[in-house]
Amino acid sequence: MEWLIFLGVFAAVVVVVALWLIAAYNKLVRLRVDADNGWSQIDVQLKRRYDLIPNLVETVKGYASHEKETLDAVISARAKAVSVHDASNAGAKEMGMSEGMLTQALGRLIAVAEAYPDLKANTNFLSLQEELSSTENKIGFSRQHFNDTVGRYEEARQSFPVNIVAGVFNFEKRDYFEITEPAAKEAPKVSF
Amino acid sequence: MSKRPAHPRPSPSPDPRRGRSARHQPSSLQDQVREKIKAYPGTTTYIDLIRKNKRDSFLLMLGMIALGVGLGAIIGAVIGGYSGAGATDDPGSLAFYIPSIILGASVALVVGVLGSIWSYFQGANAILRMVHAKEITPELDAELFNVVDEMRIAAGIPMPKVYLIPESALNAFATGRDPEHGVVAITTGLRAKLNRDELQGVIAHEIAHIRHFDIRFSLLMATMVGLIVMACDIFLRIAFHGGMRSRRSSDKGGGAAVLIMILLAVVLSIVAPILARFIQMAYSRQREYLADAGAVELTRNPEGLASALSKLAGDDEPLVDLANRGTAHMFIVNPLRKMRKSHQSMKSMFSSHPPVADRIARLMALAR
Repeated sequence: MEWLIFLGVFAAVVVVVALWLIAAYNKLVRLRVDADNGWSQIDVQLKRRYDLIPNLVETVKGYASHEKETLDAVISARAKAVSVHDASNAGAKEMGMSEGMLTQALGRLIAVAEAYPDLKANTNFLSLQEELSSTENKIGFSRQHFNDTVGRYEEARQSFPVNIVAGVFNFEKRDYFEITEPAAKEAPKVSF
Repeated sequence: MSKRPAHPRPSPSPDPRRGRSARHQPSSLQDQVREKIKAYPGTTTYIDLIRKNKRDSFLLMLGMIALGVGLGAIIGAVIGGYSGAGATDDPGSLAFYIPSIILGASVALVVGVLGSIWSYFQGANAILRMVHAKEITPELDAELFNVVDEMRIAAGIPMPKVYLIPESALNAFATGRDPEHGVVAITTGLRAKLNRDELQGVIAHEIAHIRHFDIRFSLLMATMVGLIVMACDIFLRIAFHGGMRSRRSSDKGGGAAVLIMILLAVVLSIVAPILARFIQMAYSRQREYLADAGAVELTRNPEGLASALSKLAGDDEPLVDLANRGTAHMFIVNPLRKMRKSHQSMKSMFSSHPPVADRIARLMALAR
């Protein structure tokens, strides 16, 4: 009769372990999907910034046409960022650098625009500036959210005993997304 | 990012009507904050606050459920004792009361669940209509819309609806049963008074409420309190009427046991509503602290919200016309605080919001 009890206990243990395995696997999937969603949200904001820039450049050109260097820097930084973004092997690291250069170029453009009161009074420029500033914030916050989701995913993926499940089912490492602004090469030339 | 001042400006000078008889000056907001901040270890992060908070909230919720179910069981037992329904005919034995205890507890649970489901779907729209809120689009107020958009991106939730309330009183609230149906509202008075960082802090606090499902839980708590109050009220009526009738029916040896049960139930019926409301308010205060910590999780900038709160602390104008006890818990600061000035000692136990100085102190402890 004892073997029946032993069988019952063994079956119960197997069921409990199976349930735990399912829960662990699903948790990893959920966290990974969260990270993917977070990444796509950054993408939305980056694309929004690309779309805002041509209008901004045209508006500034109308008032400050001889700031050619600054304007060209923005245009080329944008082109580079778009090409890195659209490349099939777009990695977080390369994108971080190209987006950082674009952020820096835009910062210089807005700083330069400060010297033109007519431009600052232009309502179109003002609303573009608010949109750009908000988009920069949104890039920052979506990056923050993405890094938070990556942090939660990595914590689950590396913790014992869930890391066993992660290893068996090949849950890959996810990288954080850092936007690095390159060191200033030279001071921007502002002509009056 | 530019550096913001570390401490909020002190509140305006104390009420001159109290000046002559008062021996000591009430401490300024800045002094209070400086004192309270000492309670927190230097390494406190918003993650620690959130973790501790979720644990405390869970315990309070459990306490409320235990109160409701226990009350239902006892009331059921007493009512069962009166009507004579039971396993045996002897009112003195415990078996007599068991079926009615089970019946009482089950009825309490079923009614509670039905009530919660009902209030789950009712909430948001009625409140918005009550405060004459106006929906905001990007064209109407780009900055406000963008701030809400930024915070919901940081939170990873869908864009909530944004409303402006045409009131000069300073307040904001969030509603909506889950993040997919979120709503954030702010008064025009507060909107005008805050800079972008402070506005971001306030909106982050409201989005944190939505994210933590606070509105859903608060409705649940309110429903449970309502049911407890209702059950106690009904029971007290039954007890008074039934007490007359029981003298006629045969009560051989069970008279004493039944009498003790009745006494216990009557005392409980008076104490339980007070206890329930206390638990509800304690839970509400916990969730406010949690929303503050959640706001820091979103903005990574405790000073923004702290500065906004200190501005809110200086304002006395109540939002009384548009808020009542039922909705007070959803606002960022207690809209009824002016009315409570007469009973200061009772204020903290039954207030839906923690004192502003404590909230600012917790935030500034994170900023160290």
